[in-house]
Amino acid sequence: MAGWLLVWEMAATRRWISPLFFPAPTTILRTLLAYSASGKLVADLAATLGRLLMGLMLGGSMGMLLGLLMGGSPRLRRLVDPLVAAMHPIPKISLLPLVLIIFGLGESSRVVLVAVASFFPTVINTMTGVQQIPPIYYEVAANYQASPLTVFRRIIIPGSLPMILAGWRIALNTALVITIAVELITAREGLGAAIWLAWQTLRTEHFYAALLVIAVLGLGSNGLLHLLSAWLIPWQRQDHST
Amino acid sequence: MSGFSCQRLSKTFFAHNAVVPALESIDFRVEARSFVCIVGPSGCGKSTLLRLIAGLLPPTSGCVCFDREASQDKPRTALVFQEHGLFPWMTVLDNVAFALVGQRQGRREGRRLAQAQLERVGLAGFAHSYPHQLSGGMRQRVGVARALLANPDILLMDEPFGSVDAQTRLVLQEELLNLWREQQKTVVYVTHDIAEAILLGDRVLVMSGRPGRILADIAVPLARPRMLTAVDSPEIKDIKWRIWNMLESEVRANLGTSSAPFS
Repeated sequence: MAGWLLVWEMAATRRWISPLFFPAPTTILRTLLAYSASGKLVADLAATLGRLLMGLMLGGSMGMLLGLLMGGSPRLRRLVDPLVAAMHPIPKISLLPLVLIIFGLGESSRVVLVAVASFFPTVINTMTGVQQIPPIYYEVAANYQASPLTVFRRIIIPGSLPMILAGWRIALNTALVITIAVELITAREGLGAAIWLAWQTLRTEHFYAALLVIAVLGLGSNGLLHLLSAWLIPWQRQDHST
Repeated sequence: MSGFSCQRLSKTFFAHNAVVPALESIDFRVEARSFVCIVGPSGCGKSTLLRLIAGLLPPTSGCVCFDREASQDKPRTALVFQEHGLFPWMTVLDNVAFALVGQRQGRREGRRLAQAQLERVGLAGFAHSYPHQLSGGMRQRVGVARALLANPDILLMDEPFGSVDAQTRLVLQEELLNLWREQQKTVVYVTHDIAEAILLGDRVLVMSGRPGRILADIAVPLARPRMLTAVDSPEIKDIKWRIWNMLESEVRANLGTSSAPFS
């Protein structure tokens, strides 16, 4: 990695490649420091993170709730599943105009679109997670006269949890894509907006600085979710399998 | 303590417009505190029969009649499941304590009783392990410990040791017989292993292939406590061959051959 950065640095400073397209890593780093010192980085990061988390929580929790209901009720599944299946393949960014018409040009439109994008992976994964719980576990519960609440809390939730968390992971990454895309198009602040501003003013080093922050954001949030998964589903650690 | 009888018990499954008769007119009685084994070819409805007795499935006709009314604070039957009866997301302790979820104790008291139960079966050191960290034999011991913690009158076992190796199975069988003697349970034990059925049971019920019927009800004339070597006596070998003769044609029908290819 360090070797590649060194080659890039040399290639840019000796103008083997155009520094307009590929500014030297040191230039990007300097820009990033200035970006951070001006307070603009924190403001952009806060705006992006706020939209990402609000949309993800809103859409993800609604998706999880509906997924649990659909997993548990074949009747509801027959009713709603065709609708979900039809809408899921639509690239969610293409719904932006519709969302803008309904929710206006403000912040709520951005959050709603992120929520819509987060909704589908969680509803589908949660539903599948509930459906794939082997029937024998319900027999064990009936065998010991477990109440419906006990079945829900101690069988349905933990039994589908690995799939639910996989759904949240997909939702997180989709939400990040949609957040940045929406910011490119409509926002004044946020990392996506910073990228767009960099393009319009042809300051590629600003573009790379914002891109770096987005990459770290994506890596960091995935890492956190990974830790959360390991903590929530300790029985899936494969370290002492017999 | 409670015995029970199955009276003209039948079960038919309806799936995808097909009618599958699983059990046909099953009649037998199990005395309180006796150990009854059921053998039969695979797919003969042995597991279905256990689920009917456990009340997990309703019969299509006939009934399972218990000698005594069910009491409020303990279940009449508990089923030990074939393989995957343990919840992978619960520790061994929580799996065992699950036997008490339908009863009045709180969760803390349930855990205390489960811990005591694990100590009794020598698994106290694994209380906080997850099932996938145990061997197959240990998992089955946990399954038995869980069923016994519910303190049922009747213990129903669905090929509980089918997936463990032969040596481990011998040890588990002996443990089970000791538990049965100490705790005075009624046991109904389903297996496809004729030798196992004879070694464990007071009686062996032989079932036909689908739809399952009772072909024979054979008393095992072996004193208890039983020694492994007792199974080698000529009398017992005779019973083994009688059962095999009954089952052979059923097994061949399952394989699609009507007579022995090498005779």
